[in-house]
Amino acid sequence: MIFTIHNKIERNSIVLALGIILVSAVGGLVEIAPLFTIDDTVESDPDMRVYTPLELAGRNIYIREGCYSCHSQMIRTLKDEVDRYGPYSRAVESQYDHPMLWGSKRTGPDLARIGEKYSDLWHTRHLNNPRDVVPQSIMPAYSWLLKNDLNTRDLRGNLKAMSRVGVPYKDSMINLANRDAIAQASPSSGDVAGLIERYGQATSVRVFDGDPQRVTEMDAVVAYLQILGRLTEVAHSDTSVKFDSKENVASAEGS
Amino acid sequence: MTFPERALATRITLLMLGIGLIMAFAGHDIGFRLQGAVVVAATLATLVVLFLIRTQPEPSPQELTYYYDAPIKAGIYLSLIWAVLGMFVGVWVALLLAYPELTFDYAWSSLGRLRPVHTSGVIFGFGGNALIATSFHVVQRTSRTRLPDQLSPWFVLLGFNLFCLVAATGYLLGITQSKEYAEPEWYADIWLVIVWVTYLVLYLRTLARRQEPHIYVANWYYLAFILVVAVLHIINNLAVPVSLLGSKSYSLFAGVQDAMTQWWYGHNAVAFFLTAGFLGMLYYYLPKRAERPIYSYRMSIISFWGITFMYMWAGSHHLHYTALPQWVQTLGVTFSVMLIVPSWGSAGNALLTLNGAWHKVRDDATLRFMMVAAVFYGISTFEGSFMAIRPVNSLSHYTDWTIGHVHAGVLGWVSFIVFGTFYSLVPWIWHRQRMYSLFLIEVHFWLAISGTIIYLIAMWNAGITQGIMWRTYNESGTLTYSFLESFVAMHPYYVARAFGGFLFLIGAVLAFYNIVMTVRHMPIEREVNKDIPVGLMPVQSGEATA
Repeated sequence: MIFTIHNKIERNSIVLALGIILVSAVGGLVEIAPLFTIDDTVESDPDMRVYTPLELAGRNIYIREGCYSCHSQMIRTLKDEVDRYGPYSRAVESQYDHPMLWGSKRTGPDLARIGEKYSDLWHTRHLNNPRDVVPQSIMPAYSWLLKNDLNTRDLRGNLKAMSRVGVPYKDSMINLANRDAIAQASPSSGDVAGLIERYGQATSVRVFDGDPQRVTEMDAVVAYLQILGRLTEVAHSDTSVKFDSKENVASAEGS
Repeated sequence: MTFPERALATRITLLMLGIGLIMAFAGHDIGFRLQGAVVVAATLATLVVLFLIRTQPEPSPQELTYYYDAPIKAGIYLSLIWAVLGMFVGVWVALLLAYPELTFDYAWSSLGRLRPVHTSGVIFGFGGNALIATSFHVVQRTSRTRLPDQLSPWFVLLGFNLFCLVAATGYLLGITQSKEYAEPEWYADIWLVIVWVTYLVLYLRTLARRQEPHIYVANWYYLAFILVVAVLHIINNLAVPVSLLGSKSYSLFAGVQDAMTQWWYGHNAVAFFLTAGFLGMLYYYLPKRAERPIYSYRMSIISFWGITFMYMWAGSHHLHYTALPQWVQTLGVTFSVMLIVPSWGSAGNALLTLNGAWHKVRDDATLRFMMVAAVFYGISTFEGSFMAIRPVNSLSHYTDWTIGHVHAGVLGWVSFIVFGTFYSLVPWIWHRQRMYSLFLIEVHFWLAISGTIIYLIAMWNAGITQGIMWRTYNESGTLTYSFLESFVAMHPYYVARAFGGFLFLIGAVLAFYNIVMTVRHMPIEREVNKDIPVGLMPVQSGEATA
């Protein structure tokens, strides 16, 4: 009888503690461990880009300001979401996101495919004071982004830490991180050719915040927002999922 | 504390002061330096207290046979301070969503930085301190023995509050890992591990000294809370710091694995911090206050192991229709639905315990707090299972319904059980006949329940409206509403939510006032103290460890 056994368990604190550990460990082991070993958990894309140092700096500011608490970056496999935001998000798209920023709440809209949908000028004005461009907006004004010079000094260490957790940054990328960040936002003065060689032709090199004299935090955030959804083309080329005309939910063929 | 304990406490504090000074002067970024300054300030304050008590006599062997209640008293005060602070920030954040200009153009007061101050302030500051304080009380009484030493409970309590303080000030400076409910950076996380292991060892040592053959149900829950939170915290926070002298780190996991780990953590922070721990509270204080035995011992066993096993599978319901593989989502929803059984087992067990004491529920607002807590526990666990079902989740996810659901749990369940517990516990451990004002408890009860209901109805309406507006198509097959139209529609609900939260905050302020007045103005009961351990074994003064 189970209650007789329990009568013994509840007389011994160590047995009780071990029992709790064992019983609670099962769920996590079954659900999480296989995600690291089953190959088709994440699609493979040899052309998947890594964030440039400037984009990574922008991403860190996005985290610093808590943007993720109001904006998701995960388009679900629902017809209305695909119609509103674009192709639903694939696992590979956040493969190099340490941590992921999928979010849990849409006080504002999803940003997974916001890249290049609006101009740099729109983003700069919107971040500086959202109500200048969207009068009904309830987003906070991030006016300090234009005032603060971007701290590029630590970017080398940041890329190094990212490579330690598994992002394929090459030594040249790590060593030149600080210069590459400046070059991407001030193309007239930096080594743009080297930057393109390291990060690929698709890299956006331009003055993001409208001020060619300085590299500000605004440059970094706008560069990051403009790359969202554009690190890989997988979501646009893969057509294995169709939406039933009556159902809101996607039905996957095969998987 | 004994003299050797005071000496050890001083050495530990000096060590922490040294670490704080290194952070403050050698830190690579301004945020890390200011975090160091917070550590320095906190340790200096502790050193001042240690200096002031240096000449106080050691506790007599007689005193060392009684229960050790001083850290419990401090824990209750700290919990109330965090409650008022955390709820105040909560109302502020709620107002920001209705009136965005209330950031006053400061970086620290923008919504993204204030929000974790609210969530950590109430969950860890208010809830965590209440759990630590009550666990010290429950484990001593149900084991009929004193805590094994005087230093470790203080180390756990003050160390935990240092963690909360570093976390909250860090958010204002923009220091965050961005993992919800696990925002503090790597150095705060490591410190919490040290504190938490001490807590576990202290708890097990107390249980080992017990004068009762059985370990009471409440302790199972507190033990599960301590153990599982440790496992969750360590795994979800695995990260590589950029520098040992800087605040920034990068999570070891990325993308889909990181999402699953995060919500395995996030959902079980709800399960083992906000549920298991508070069920421990419920299982001790509700029967004590009602003066009725627990209705069913067997139901307690089934519920306990059911919750411990099943919750750990449920986290993936936060990731329905995402890039997480389908099989994990299916497992998540299956266990989420099954969870209703142990959850309602616990809620039912609590309510059936009140049979024969319902007249007390009517007359005693304190017991009514606990009864309402059990009811809201039942409501919010049902709602949770319901929202985990995929089609429901497709509507509710990303909307304010989620916020409403969380607050059904944390206002209706967690806060109600804490306030009911505090109103019982304060007169007991301060040896007062009763609380200072029974009328204020009654006022608090009605403020809290109206605040909760206004909050929940506002968020349910907001969430369902949002969900429907986002998916409505017009006849030509295009989406009817822009995103902008959907959040403009939220304004009245956001105002109502802030008002509901404000009522709840006023209630918490009244509780604070009432408890302070009880301690300061109610006469001490002179009758023979029956609240003493059965063993009366003196603690050996050299036994202290930290």
